[in-house]
Amino acid sequence: MTTLKTSAPIPEPAPDGFALWWQRSASTRNAYAYLIPALTVMTLITFYPLFYQLWMSFTDYNIRSLNPNAATYLAPEWVGFQNYTDILTGKISDVLPNFNFWKLLAFNLFWTFSQVIVHVSMGILIAVALNVKGLWFKGIYRAIYILPMVIPSMVVSVVWRNMFDPQYGAINQALAGIGSWFGYEEADFVIRWIEQVQPPFAEWFPLPLSFFAISLANIWLGWPFMTIVATGALQSVPNDLYEAASIDGATATQQFSRITLPLIRPAMVPAAMYGIIATFNQFNVIYFISAGGPLRQTEIMVTTAFRLVNEQRLYGLAAAFCVVIFIILLGLTLLTNTVTRATENYDA
Amino acid sequence: MLESTKDMPIGKQIALQAILLLITFTVMFPIMWIVSLSLDPRGISRPTELNLIPPGASLEAYLAVMDKPTNNPVTFVELVFNSLKLATGVAFFSVAVGVLAAYVLSRRQFPGRELFMLGVITVLMVPSIATIAPLFVTLNSLRIEVVSVVSGTGDEKSEEVRQLNIMGFEIGEVGELNDGEKASTESHNVRNSLWGVGLALVSGALPFAIWNLKGYLDTIPKDLEEAATIDGASHNQIFLRIILPLATPALAVTFFLGFLAGWTEFAMSWQFLTEPEDFTLSMALWNMTGQYAGSVPWSRFAAMSLLVAAPVSIVYLMLQKYIVGGLTVGGVK
Repeated sequence: MTTLKTSAPIPEPAPDGFALWWQRSASTRNAYAYLIPALTVMTLITFYPLFYQLWMSFTDYNIRSLNPNAATYLAPEWVGFQNYTDILTGKISDVLPNFNFWKLLAFNLFWTFSQVIVHVSMGILIAVALNVKGLWFKGIYRAIYILPMVIPSMVVSVVWRNMFDPQYGAINQALAGIGSWFGYEEADFVIRWIEQVQPPFAEWFPLPLSFFAISLANIWLGWPFMTIVATGALQSVPNDLYEAASIDGATATQQFSRITLPLIRPAMVPAAMYGIIATFNQFNVIYFISAGGPLRQTEIMVTTAFRLVNEQRLYGLAAAFCVVIFIILLGLTLLTNTVTRATENYDA
Repeated sequence: MLESTKDMPIGKQIALQAILLLITFTVMFPIMWIVSLSLDPRGISRPTELNLIPPGASLEAYLAVMDKPTNNPVTFVELVFNSLKLATGVAFFSVAVGVLAAYVLSRRQFPGRELFMLGVITVLMVPSIATIAPLFVTLNSLRIEVVSVVSGTGDEKSEEVRQLNIMGFEIGEVGELNDGEKASTESHNVRNSLWGVGLALVSGALPFAIWNLKGYLDTIPKDLEEAATIDGASHNQIFLRIILPLATPALAVTFFLGFLAGWTEFAMSWQFLTEPEDFTLSMALWNMTGQYAGSVPWSRFAAMSLLVAAPVSIVYLMLQKYIVGGLTVGGVK
């Protein structure tokens, strides 16, 4: 494509040196003028704090380092990689009981992928069901299914927190209602969703009951977004493909796996990647519903970081912890990107 | 909207309807529960039975919440204004500054462009909670001293602000003190104010706004600008007359997402603010939940949840088709 260029008429005599540079750089200077407000603000309150965080992570910055005018002031001291080794070896379990970095990371990753897999599969299946030709009340269902996405997750989380209350919560009351049809007593359904330390099903079961509570709430929150993305993608799948396939004798399952899935994939992959990062950092659901309990079994990285700042006031240690979070997220993003690209090449 | 059923056998229709109704029920269950609780005329302290439809309806719980939301000395109106100030300020500032940067990143070439974009993408990967420690510490060291001169006593007492002292920079002069005048210094900690929380939120909202807006501007065809350039339009004219009007929907969506982040923000406010008169709606809501609830009747908690959620949910509902596309395109590419 050719672009027409409008060059200013060359003034006489031709400028040289500084004047020439000044004239030629007019466009660049104009671009910088637009960038400078954002650059200044981000330098001061985004980039500077992040570099400060890196420095803090190598110090023992704590509550006594906050106010230089206080009598108890202690200047933060350089401790090298101490904070990092304390985190990775689980030494900070003195301040955070039951803390184990590798268990935390493993749970956080399991939480992320189990959730996103459920969100994406539910999202696609429900979108496909809503896309069936001749279905009644399509518009009503679509309008209702959007609701979990538009209600702020902070409010949703505190509401679910109360819904899981053993005595007064709606979940146990609903279960008791259903149970009463089968002759169970109401007392059979005083389930301590959040607090119960005893693992469900069997003694060896690795996940606490509260994992199922937060999962339930987060699935409620998460699938509608995937359904909306999938619905959008389904609109662009040409109908002829299905007609041709059914003439060739393809079953519904074959049509789903050979036509629908490959064609909505380009839309679902970015949505899933967005979901992975959002779920990995799902502060609201964990902090407000299970509070990481019982015994820190459902804690994730960001809620732990918040506790180090908010409850323990160990700012240096928290900074190191956040640097670790950043490195893990960087790895996670690169990994999902690579996996996505690799499978794309395979398809082609 | 009943459509013709010729494409679908009735049995399949019924099976699908049953599944979709079940899903509808699970979606509506928490919403109905909280609406019902908030409208229940009995003002339920702790619900002991499930009533999806309350016997009659009353706005008593709403009135009670508006009268006295929590035990903290802060009124409902103050909570609303604090959240509103925070949300509007963060949204307006990040969109206004962000669109300028988004325009040049999307349309212009200049040295350092790639470096700045790399910086923005990197920052976007840091969850806002993971920046709380340095923001708390640096904003905590930002103190503003207000020196005022007080004269007279009792009813005659008058106070005049003479000097602002920000990190060693002095604005204004105290000057000579006359008889009966006294200088008093008040120290304000920026961290412990809505300004501090606002700055901390802009730290993440601005890069998000830049990226979201750039993603949208990239999709606007360049024909109009090329035509305008031929007609002799300057860069500034192109930005003001072409880009800004075309970007209006994206500006509205980005403003709303910034507003939503401020309106439901919890972690920064919870960590930064200690004076009840600065508290926000989401902090008050958490004060009414679970372990903090104490004696708060659940009807009031329900009313408060709906008062916090309803305004932003309704706007989100209206804007959702613009939001979903932007999140995945701007967020990942």
